[in-house]
Amino acid sequence: MSDIETPVTVRITVDGQPVDARPGELVIDAAERAGVYIPRFCYHPRMKPVGMCRMCLVEIDAGRGAALQPSCMIPVSPDMTVVTDSERTRKAQEGVLEFLLINHPLDCPVCDKGGECPLQDQTVAYGPGESRFVEEKRHYEKPIPISGLVQLDRERCILCDRCTRFAKDVAGDPLIHFQGRGSSTEVNTFPDEPFSSYFSGNTVQICPVGALTASSYRFRARPWDLEETSSTCRTCSVGCSVTVQSSRNEVLRQNGVDNDAVNWGWLCDRGRFDMESGRSDVRLTDPLVGGTTARWSDALGAAVAAIRATIEAHGPSSVALLGGARLTNEAAYAWARLAKGVIGTDDVDCQLGDGLPADLVLGLPRATIADACTPKGTIVLVGPDVKEELPVLYLRLRHAVVEDGATLVELGHGRTGLSRYAARTSYAHPGGDLVERARLVAKDLDESGPITVVFGRTSLAEDPAVLAEVAAIFLAKGARFLPALRRGNVFGALDAGLAPGLLPGRRLLDDAGPATAVWGSTPAAIGRDATAILTAAAAGEVKVLLLVGADPVADGPDRALAETALERATVIAVDTFLTESGTRADVVLPAAGPSEVDGTVTNLEGRVQRVNRKVTPPGTARPDWMIAVELADRLGVEFPQDPDALLAELGAVADGYADVASALDRNPDGVLVTGACPLPATPTARRAPAPSGSTLRLVLTDSLYDAATQTAQSPSLAPLAPGTVARLNPADASALRVEAGTVVSLASARGAVDLPVVVDDGVPAGAVAVAANQPDCQVNRLLDATWPVTDVRLEVRR
Amino acid sequence: MTEETVVAAGPPPIVRIVTQRFDHPDSHTLDRYVATGGYEALRKALAGSPGAVVDEVKSSNLLGRGGAGFPAGTKWGFTPPGVWPRYLVVNGDESEPGTYKDRQLMERDPHQLIEGCLLACYAAGLSQCFLYVRGEMALAQERVAKALNEAYAAGFVGRNILGSSFSVDIVLHWGAGAYIVGEETALIESLEGNRGMPRLKPPFFPAAIGLYGKPTIVNNVETLSNLPWIVANGADAYKQYGSETSPGTRMFALSGHVKRPGVYEVQHGVTTFRDLLYSPQFCGGIRDDNRLKMFIPGGGSAPWFFEEQLDLPLEARPVGAAGSMLGSGAIVVMDHTTDAVKACLRVVRFYARESCGKCTPCREGTNWLETILQRIVDGHGRPSDLDKLLDIGDNISPGPYPAASWTDGGLDAVPFPPRQTTICPLGPSSVAPVVSALRRFRPEFEAKITKRSVNIPLHVEREGTRV
Ligand SMILES: Cc1cc2nc3c(=O)[nH]c(=O)nc-3n(C[C@H](O)[C@H](O)[C@H](O)COP(=O)(O)O)c2cc1C
Ligand code: SF4
Ligand code: SF4
Ligand code: SF4
Ligand code: FES
Repeated sequence: MSDIETPVTVRITVDGQPVDARPGELVIDAAERAGVYIPRFCYHPRMKPVGMCRMCLVEIDAGRGAALQPSCMIPVSPDMTVVTDSERTRKAQEGVLEFLLINHPLDCPVCDKGGECPLQDQTVAYGPGESRFVEEKRHYEKPIPISGLVQLDRERCILCDRCTRFAKDVAGDPLIHFQGRGSSTEVNTFPDEPFSSYFSGNTVQICPVGALTASSYRFRARPWDLEETSSTCRTCSVGCSVTVQSSRNEVLRQNGVDNDAVNWGWLCDRGRFDMESGRSDVRLTDPLVGGTTARWSDALGAAVAAIRATIEAHGPSSVALLGGARLTNEAAYAWARLAKGVIGTDDVDCQLGDGLPADLVLGLPRATIADACTPKGTIVLVGPDVKEELPVLYLRLRHAVVEDGATLVELGHGRTGLSRYAARTSYAHPGGDLVERARLVAKDLDESGPITVVFGRTSLAEDPAVLAEVAAIFLAKGARFLPALRRGNVFGALDAGLAPGLLPGRRLLDDAGPATAVWGSTPAAIGRDATAILTAAAAGEVKVLLLVGADPVADGPDRALAETALERATVIAVDTFLTESGTRADVVLPAAGPSEVDGTVTNLEGRVQRVNRKVTPPGTARPDWMIAVELADRLGVEFPQDPDALLAELGAVADGYADVASALDRNPDGVLVTGACPLPATPTARRAPAPSGSTLRLVLTDSLYDAATQTAQSPSLAPLAPGTVARLNPADASALRVEAGTVVSLASARGAVDLPVVVDDGVPAGAVAVAANQPDCQVNRLLDATWPVTDVRLEVRR
Repeated sequence: MTEETVVAAGPPPIVRIVTQRFDHPDSHTLDRYVATGGYEALRKALAGSPGAVVDEVKSSNLLGRGGAGFPAGTKWGFTPPGVWPRYLVVNGDESEPGTYKDRQLMERDPHQLIEGCLLACYAAGLSQCFLYVRGEMALAQERVAKALNEAYAAGFVGRNILGSSFSVDIVLHWGAGAYIVGEETALIESLEGNRGMPRLKPPFFPAAIGLYGKPTIVNNVETLSNLPWIVANGADAYKQYGSETSPGTRMFALSGHVKRPGVYEVQHGVTTFRDLLYSPQFCGGIRDDNRLKMFIPGGGSAPWFFEEQLDLPLEARPVGAAGSMLGSGAIVVMDHTTDAVKACLRVVRFYARESCGKCTPCREGTNWLETILQRIVDGHGRPSDLDKLLDIGDNISPGPYPAASWTDGGLDAVPFPPRQTTICPLGPSSVAPVVSALRRFRPEFEAKITKRSVNIPLHVEREGTRV
């Protein structure tokens, strides 16, 4: 026998049946696990119980005699007796439902929730047959927008505190609140302060009635008309579990699914609502050659001709591939094999110079989200603003700190969404003392619990080599790392080998393993990364540039470089929309979008999860994997012909992916791929020149809503992009004699942009913080990707 | 019953403990307080151990005056050992309909309250005190604030009080005008900066998990105002007065149709309702010598009493056994010119307006009760309304109603099993007047519904004006 401890249980009786409950478990949960469902409205398993709605009243006897108690508030105790079907219970529950209904408008026929409404369902099951209420019902103005995304119908609200609790306790954005009292109590926002939470859509999902509805879904469908499939959000690398719901071949709604390892049922609004872009009428539907619509065979022919001619004339490394971080694993693998096994180039990069060196990411010991959130553990944040870039990871980390006693230490270049929860923050001057500060922070770390470093770019305007030094410091402390790279399936792309020097399965070129046998050949020499590829293309060395879901002009750190590169090279772009880069392409191939393909993705933990097709792509758009397969075919190599077969081949060349398909069938929460490539030697970062007195150092960060294709093409999200401002430390603002709202010009040696000033004491002195990729401003004009840091002069525009 | 018999029996002698200084025009000043023995109890306590104060108060059997009547000394003992800091929260939110005794204590003897707070903190090892005064009580706020400044300046409050190692800070907090924050857990929420809504208890009572999650003793203003006298004079002296289970004195706030409404301090447990209502030392009888119709014995939340209960002593147990409670010590008297349906509506409306909105039966149910009663008063009642009122009441406060609300050793006025589908007793409070009025005066309700003339005499003022 194993010596695993037998879990302690608490024996209680529910409706006469003995039930073994877990210590501390709430009666409502223990009963449910035993097959006795107690009706409820306010209780939500991922939030602290409040006992507000009183629907879950049952008779509980904990030794003093039976009494009506809310089962969502009472933890089990030994020998407790619970009766859920007594006359007293029945009358209390019926009474609560009658109370809830007396002022309820009963506009079920026109209510989005009708058909999936807990109030409807529980009224049928537990409610009184008819109403004794003969008075006039309470009236409120019908739905009022509480944000651009969410509408509130106060007449339907049953005041369960789910939305308000979520906003305050889960999201940390207490922007909706109860107001008034007695029967005039209502949920509302504060005057002039909309419910502008990044997580507002969750309140729509958990509202037990149709009081909160999503602007993007209102009146679009009835629940019984929806078809759904489970899938995984691909908007960022957290990989939240979702269910995709469609009607008549249109995705209408995406809801969170509770994955205990990842998202606990929550989604961020970007991930929830950017499915709108799928039904955009400016989606690419047909290939373009030279800017005009072409047939697939012609477009593929033109692409292959260009590739073949270039290889013949200039060798394989005159062809390069950028992108792949938005694909499925299967597609990423197909493109990796196309580039590295068929074309023979190692100039491949799924990151656009805004990420981390691939071998560092794959070489560091990886942590899971659960590791990072270990109660009483330590989380070191060296990286981007997690709230902006990996929103649901922010929720998990926040929960770990606020509820589970984890300690958060933050290292970076200024205040982030998590700073207020940090036990210690240490803000370095960009290009300055990050490494020294990391050493100081590391010295004081509590080593009694696990240490997890959430690890990513602190600023896109700073050479990431310095981060390798920081990683080494925490590695010496036994830390594990949760890499904070944003792009949807960047980790799947890295695992598939879409980075210079890498092969599938986190292998380096010199350790090719089974890939050599399956592919026939692998590149001999380590290729260039994104910046080097673009530099080479600008210099005319790279002649053909494959852009696979990549837009280096708008979405890369160095706009001028990307523009020149795309100018000179022959560009073949695969995308769902015509991006800024796409307009400069010679051949454009329309690709299927997120809910239009089957396959798998891999999140920042290395967790593989399934994505499933729900709708067909518009026009003649094809899945990315299929495009790679067809190009390979025309180049004379036959690839596996469907996603399952591609995944099987990935499993054959990448150790961690062997048998992933069958493991996924057994584990709906996903399958963790482990293993690491050898860690590269820690480079010594080029130290930045000391800042000169007259310049400010640029801190470039991402914000949740930006001009990224899917976001910008989602009508609900596009207006939410905050726009760009220059955030300055108050000391600098007063020294430079600028104030909030002053329009200034920021000028680097590369270019200049005009921005209004915001004074923000969360920005370190001597720095200016700016958001990247906003629709109104091309901040990447300021950068040269080869600079270790970016210094800008600030001039007041008069 | 005639008035003569009442006067002949005579109430027990008047003893003034908490109102002893009320007759001095400057009773609220430090000078007057110290000149009349103020802060001597503190000196005495500091010379001995905290345990000695606890023992004294325990042995005095001082009962809480906030409504639940729980023994103060026992409550102090409920804080879990070894958890610090611990807080004292003074409940000065007095808003129960008819209650206005705490206001008098804060306006007219704020130093007595402050000394009481200090004694409680010393006894129960509480390091900080929060004094929560109802938002509308401007004069009380001014007097308490002024007294606290004086006390700080004189070294009675703050660090190393009177040169001892005992330090306590008192923080003042004004309410924002909600009845429900008188409920202790709602008050704690309010102090924490949240919306004042009660917490569910059990599982956790404030003594274990209270303000900022720390052990917290919540005591009423009058409860604490008794401490200086008890500590100065001893529990035995205190127990000379009142009855065995309800020793000492207690303040009662009388209002309504009596000749001399006001706050009276009487011996607890031995004085009767009849004494208070009819004795010339107190209210001196019903206005215009009208007949008594009903009276509320313990604040708006209490089920009504009638003539039959006049001879009950002012003591928790017999009042509870008779189906009501002494609650907050507010007695509202209504004479035979009162319209029982309107009186019922008036009380129900208060609770409907003041429901915090947290739980469904209270939020919706109290409002529904009010709406139906209003409809009946407006002449649109239906015969089915009366049973409906009772059944709605039963859905807020299930079970036979009213039943004895006294429990031995219980933590609140709520009996076990709690007769409530709600979180706190506010919702059930609205049921008390409905059940009381309907039981006793059902024909008045029926008359309104069938639109027969309602035979309630109009009250005629002495001058002859009709109201
Ligand atoms: C709805 C409601 C309102 C209350 N209002 C008051 C109040 O205004 N003042 C008060 O002292 N206690 C009030 N209480 C009682 C308090 O919850 C608490 O029991 C009391 O302050 C404890 O003090 P004591 O032990 O000194 O009596 C109220 C209780 C309820 C349920
Ligand atoms: S809006 Fe919905 S979730 Fe929010 S309190 Fe009302 S019913 Fe509950
Ligand atoms: S956090 Fe990332 S994966 Fe999750 S819903 Fe948002 S964008 Fe999608
Ligand atoms: S009973 Fe009424 S006042 Fe008390 S918590 Fe419930 S809604 Fe609030
Ligand atoms: S589910 Fe328990 S009170 Fe609402």
